[in-house]
Amino acid sequence: MSDASAPVAHQHAAPTGFLRKYVFSLDHKMIGKQYYGLALVSVFLGMILSWLMRFHLVWTNAAIPGLQLLTKNGAPGGVMTPEYYLSLLTMHGTLMVFFVLTNAPFAGFGNYFLPIQIGAEDMAFPRFNMMSFWVTFVAFLVLIASFFIPDGPPISGWTAYAPLSAVGKDAGPGLAWGQTLWAISIGLFCVGQLLGSLNFIATTLDLRTRGMTLSRLPISTWAWFITSCIGLLAFAVLLPACVLLILDRVAGTSFFIPAGLVISDHLQPHSGGSPLLWQHLFWFFGHPEVYIAIVPAMGIVSHILMASMRKPLLSVKVVYGSMIAIGFLSYMVWGHHMFLSGMNPFSALVFSFPTLIITIPATIITMIWIGSIYGANLRFHTPALFSLGFISVFVAGGVSGFFLAQPSLDIYLHGTYFVVGHFHMVMGVAAIFGILAGTYFWFPKMSGRIMNDTLGKIHFWFTFIGVYCIFMPFHFLGFAGNVRRYSTFVDDYLQPLLPLHKFISIAAFVTGAAQLIFLYNLIYSRFKGAPAPENPWEATSLEWSTTSPPPFDNFGGRHIVVNHGPNEYGVDGAHGDFIMQDSLEPEPAAGD
Amino acid sequence: MGKLFAVVLLLIAVGSAIPILMHTWWMPENISSHGYMIDKQMSETMTESGIAFVAAQLVLAGFVAMFGDKKDGRKARHLPGGAKAVVIAAIALVGTEVLALGVFGKDAWAEVYFKKAAADALPIQVQAEQFGFYFRYAGPDGKFGPLHPDKIDEGNQNFFGLDPANDVESRDDIIAASLVIPVNKPISLMMHAKDVGHSFYVRELRIQQDFVPGLDIPMHFTATKVGKYEIVCTQLCGLGHYNMRTYLEVKSQEDFDQWLKQQSQ
Repeated sequence: MSDASAPVAHQHAAPTGFLRKYVFSLDHKMIGKQYYGLALVSVFLGMILSWLMRFHLVWTNAAIPGLQLLTKNGAPGGVMTPEYYLSLLTMHGTLMVFFVLTNAPFAGFGNYFLPIQIGAEDMAFPRFNMMSFWVTFVAFLVLIASFFIPDGPPISGWTAYAPLSAVGKDAGPGLAWGQTLWAISIGLFCVGQLLGSLNFIATTLDLRTRGMTLSRLPISTWAWFITSCIGLLAFAVLLPACVLLILDRVAGTSFFIPAGLVISDHLQPHSGGSPLLWQHLFWFFGHPEVYIAIVPAMGIVSHILMASMRKPLLSVKVVYGSMIAIGFLSYMVWGHHMFLSGMNPFSALVFSFPTLIITIPATIITMIWIGSIYGANLRFHTPALFSLGFISVFVAGGVSGFFLAQPSLDIYLHGTYFVVGHFHMVMGVAAIFGILAGTYFWFPKMSGRIMNDTLGKIHFWFTFIGVYCIFMPFHFLGFAGNVRRYSTFVDDYLQPLLPLHKFISIAAFVTGAAQLIFLYNLIYSRFKGAPAPENPWEATSLEWSTTSPPPFDNFGGRHIVVNHGPNEYGVDGAHGDFIMQDSLEPEPAAGD
Repeated sequence: MGKLFAVVLLLIAVGSAIPILMHTWWMPENISSHGYMIDKQMSETMTESGIAFVAAQLVLAGFVAMFGDKKDGRKARHLPGGAKAVVIAAIALVGTEVLALGVFGKDAWAEVYFKKAAADALPIQVQAEQFGFYFRYAGPDGKFGPLHPDKIDEGNQNFFGLDPANDVESRDDIIAASLVIPVNKPISLMMHAKDVGHSFYVRELRIQQDFVPGLDIPMHFTATKVGKYEIVCTQLCGLGHYNMRTYLEVKSQEDFDQWLKQQSQ
């Protein structure tokens, strides 16, 4: 804890020069923006890949003009080959899960706002912070490089199951250098995340300003802190898994490859390995990873909801406890991705139990959100709309998890579009809604300008209706047994489902186009938007106590002292129905 | 804006529920002896989660419509009962529901995975490879010959790597490209993969199982209706994954015996 009586010694000097200010910055705010920018590029790239995929599924033999220019062998005459479809699928998943959903809500907004929300000048380790971004950026470049090599990107999915991912080019196109680049990229990504998690944990515990007790931390800070604890253990397992995969591929080891495999008429020179080992290592990371994607969004949405409802949640402590329970339980459920994997079938019941139990804290949080709206004075600006929409789509995605948690139902639903619908609803929609809500909410603070609220509302309505039109039908396809990761639908029973796929593809194109409204609003407002007041949302947390944008040391040399909790809404404050955390007003009387 | 949100949410909830209730896109008819247990579990889960989904969307819609800022200086207030009521409700409702589903659901799982195949089950070996399934029957001697991966020769249709010249038991083994079985007879599959991971999925049988290279995985079932059903691969296995398919043909006992005899000739 910093000592209020000592003069504030700056952690690092104000940056000078273009490189130090904008490129190799030590300032957590610039690093946060860099992460966000990387996530923005990744999400649009990932979305374009999904458009190409959705087009190919419906108009399989049609040429996509110009596609042949992007790939050496993947689309002769513009018509996508099956392997190119699978490589787009792999890159879509990899970009979205790692470079969007881990980057934006956690590394992006967390880096920018966690130090400010706790009243600190910067993260505990600014150099680690800069290193973590640049390692992540290099990871991105390594991944994208696989598009430009002759054999193309890998085709084994973002899950990269062995032995398909481990044996090399015998198993198919993209599985030579493409897969190795993937493993190097993800390994580097893990390093960046580990550095970031260390920073978040140390900063939250050690750099809180005077009066900022743990119980006075804003809920978004709690969410980032819990996420960084989850991430430290999860990425620490994925990193060695990637190293072992690289060794199997280039050094002749056999961690994941058993004896006797004959691929493309070659008896593979490996023995003693286990494909299930890869699955265990990957999913031991992979399940906590999805909570790393959603917990920051839960924190951001809760934070915005309170400012929008003009009242605190029914109980933030219950939400903290539930988030911690989710984080803890997330380490016990990884086998639910492996019910049909050939593990001892008794283990399915063992993994199913905590998977079902994790529903309880998730439901508690959801019911706290919904229950808190009772008696609110809701303000329907764009961040509020995305936060309310988040609740709806989180319920939709969570409910499908109920089915998949039961091994007996997974017998039918595993490997179908039902699973794809489930994870897109919770990650591809709910977590994205959290990022969008955060963007509209914090844009004024980060840029000093406000985003256009009319365009924001148009963006919201197209997106909210659009994502239901895209992803709810995925569940229907799943009930019909539509298998996932197929580049073309040739099976007899899939033919009657093609009209539904057409509906989904068109909905995807329309919803995707609506995101251009957001992009336009973001870029236009950055340069030409109306100037933002210091506290446009009348919110209480410390970021709203400083200028928009904040100065390099966050508070202009002021030593912040916190006197209030973060959720003083719906009270008789001197400036309205709220009291800011560093306000000198007295605590409201009980019952206010 | 709050009322618009509520109306849209209502339409979404109803629009999502209708195709489910009407079974517009749904599971095909069950043709296995154990499938009714899975179907029952599915139906119970659908009822409970359907109610939870619709109720949550409707309550959210209702509260958003009712509690917009009317700018009349009205003070925000809490739900009667507060957080405690919510937590107790969540634990009670969800806790009992998930435990019930978990406890009762284990029977369907146990039927497929804990029970051993019947002693008189017809044994069939299944090999999954890039990009097809092959099935081996033991032939009149009732024994499967050993496998030799180094003898695999796709060009000569020696998919399994048999060596009939040296292995007596292999000489009468029958290899087929589709799974032909008699109706109402327990079948015992032994599944292995030649190259990478694959999976075996027959919707109507309500079974699905991954092939894991290096493992021999048993699976058993009894088909209860004659007919032809698709077998598809559900584990990403390479560029031909979408086209990795064959058929399950369930025949009467007489037709099956006839078919088997023809394969031996």
